Amino acid sequence: MTAVTVIGAGVAGLCVARTLLDRGAEVTLVDRHATPGSHACSWWAGGMLAPNCEGESAEEPVVRLGAEAADWWAAQTDCVQRRGSLVVSPGRDRADLARFARLTTGHRPLTGPQITEMEPDLGTRFTRGLHFENEAHLAPRAALDALRDSLIADGATFRQQEADPDALATQGLTVDCRGFAARDALPDLRGVKGEMLILSCPDVTLSRPIRVLHPRVPIYIVPRGDGMFMLGATMVEGRAGRHVTARAMLELLSTAYALNPAFGEAEVVEIGVDSRPAFPDNLPRIRRDGNLIRANGLYRHGFLLAPALARMVADLILHDKTPEVSDEIAA
Amino acid sequence: MRDFYGTTLANGFMLGTAQYPSPAILAEAFRRSGASVATVSLRRESGQDRAGQDFWNLIRDLGVHILPNTAGCHSVKEAVTTAHMAREVFDTPWIKLEVIGEEDTLQPDVFGLVEAARILTEDGFQVFPYTTEDLVVADRLLDAGCEVLMPWGSPIGSGLGLNNIFGLRALRAHFPDVPLVIDAGLGLPSQATTAMELGYDAILLNTAVAKAGDPAAMAEAFALALKAGKLAQSADPMEPRDMAAPSTPVIGKAFLE
Repeated sequence: MTAVTVIGAGVAGLCVARTLLDRGAEVTLVDRHATPGSHACSWWAGGMLAPNCEGESAEEPVVRLGAEAADWWAAQTDCVQRRGSLVVSPGRDRADLARFARLTTGHRPLTGPQITEMEPDLGTRFTRGLHFENEAHLAPRAALDALRDSLIADGATFRQQEADPDALATQGLTVDCRGFAARDALPDLRGVKGEMLILSCPDVTLSRPIRVLHPRVPIYIVPRGDGMFMLGATMVEGRAGRHVTARAMLELLSTAYALNPAFGEAEVVEIGVDSRPAFPDNLPRIRRDGNLIRANGLYRHGFLLAPALARMVADLILHDKTPEVSDEIAA
Repeated sequence: MRDFYGTTLANGFMLGTAQYPSPAILAEAFRRSGASVATVSLRRESGQDRAGQDFWNLIRDLGVHILPNTAGCHSVKEAVTTAHMAREVFDTPWIKLEVIGEEDTLQPDVFGLVEAARILTEDGFQVFPYTTEDLVVADRLLDAGCEVLMPWGSPIGSGLGLNNIFGLRALRAHFPDVPLVIDAGLGLPSQATTAMELGYDAILLNTAVAKAGDPAAMAEAFALALKAGKLAQSADPMEPRDMAAPSTPVIGKAFLE
């Protein structure tokens, strides 16, 4: 039986561990922390499984590989909701909606009354929109917890410790999934800061993620159930520490308020900030150096691309199949 | 070609670095554009702890002149602080000065602009002011020490092109020796050609390339358009006239009086 150590229990590490375990490997998962939490970038994710929408700015592999995500997560957890996603823009920014429709696939146009019928709490504020019927969303924290619990229940070993990938690789196959913490070994990895917040607003009901297009600050809102909503996310180049700017909050909250003024009375439950690990083309990479495999650069597509990344890591380890997103490190 | 504070540029293409799908696509767009200047905006938050370093290194690697800007600043104080930060980070006296006066049109606050330009010039900056085509404001900016003017074509990111050809032509005619750059509002390469045909020295754009479906191809299209306009301008275009002038000889044709 192939034995593999996976370092990092964020979304990448958990998916890699799960896929390897399902394919018969003996898996040890190593992380500094005992449970998934705020130390991991994926803790702050929106949890949208929206490959078509991402096609607006992402390259083709994101759309194609991301199409695997909803089925994978639905098979592994009960956290997935398949209600599609909705894209709207204020009347004055209609050009942005036309552009979005042009650059993406898998959508149908919606009229004002259709939007109101789908999401009554949007009222009659929007007269045009797009429905991406095949997209889904999940509750990211519940999904991380579920994955970790099922891994342990199914026989993976979990060790809470600080790990040195190079040292572990001398003892056997090792997959480094530490995200931005692996920066020392991946000089072309950069951080793209994102700020988000969670609101509690029982007065409003939405049943699917909604993207509001705006030339300066495109923002999405994801319903988390029980009157909770996640709003995200800013995109700032540079790993700008953990401080949240007033401007970011202003942009996020004004968007919520524009969707439904009832959000003005919402309780701010949580404010979050972290850095997404990204390579220059914003696509993930798998790099192999002997016994050490580094899988990183999921950028803003953690939950969307981790299943495909994990499949490719497993194909590489178990069948020596070169991953689509691989590049070699100079020895 | 007129020089910009003593620097002669290989061409009049200045390209912004914001809103691209990825840094890799940004780099490819620059490669195909042949642009000689990259503008880059500095968020005050990332300037403080140099948090944007990774991204700025990517911009530096483009190997072109860097023109930092004070995008999104709404007051003189904000713009001056940002300019100082930019000078430290990019080690250049160049600064594209933006003082925004109105949120919907992102129209410059020309009063604040003149004041900030004076403060920065006295402090050794070489200021590229984002202004309107207003002649009086242009004059005040030159008084404040600016040696380059950057009038808008139309509002930032609108893609409406050159909204006031008459005003832009008058500006060119009034300041024949000042380097003039069309900054903002260009959406299509044909508009860049027109700007160069009017005798402008350069164009600065960002959204038209970054938000195109294929940014690198659009960057190249703008480069070609720029070249066409520049060449046309130097070729001494014909004068338009109201009546037709036959382009083939009429001798030998029968005239009916």
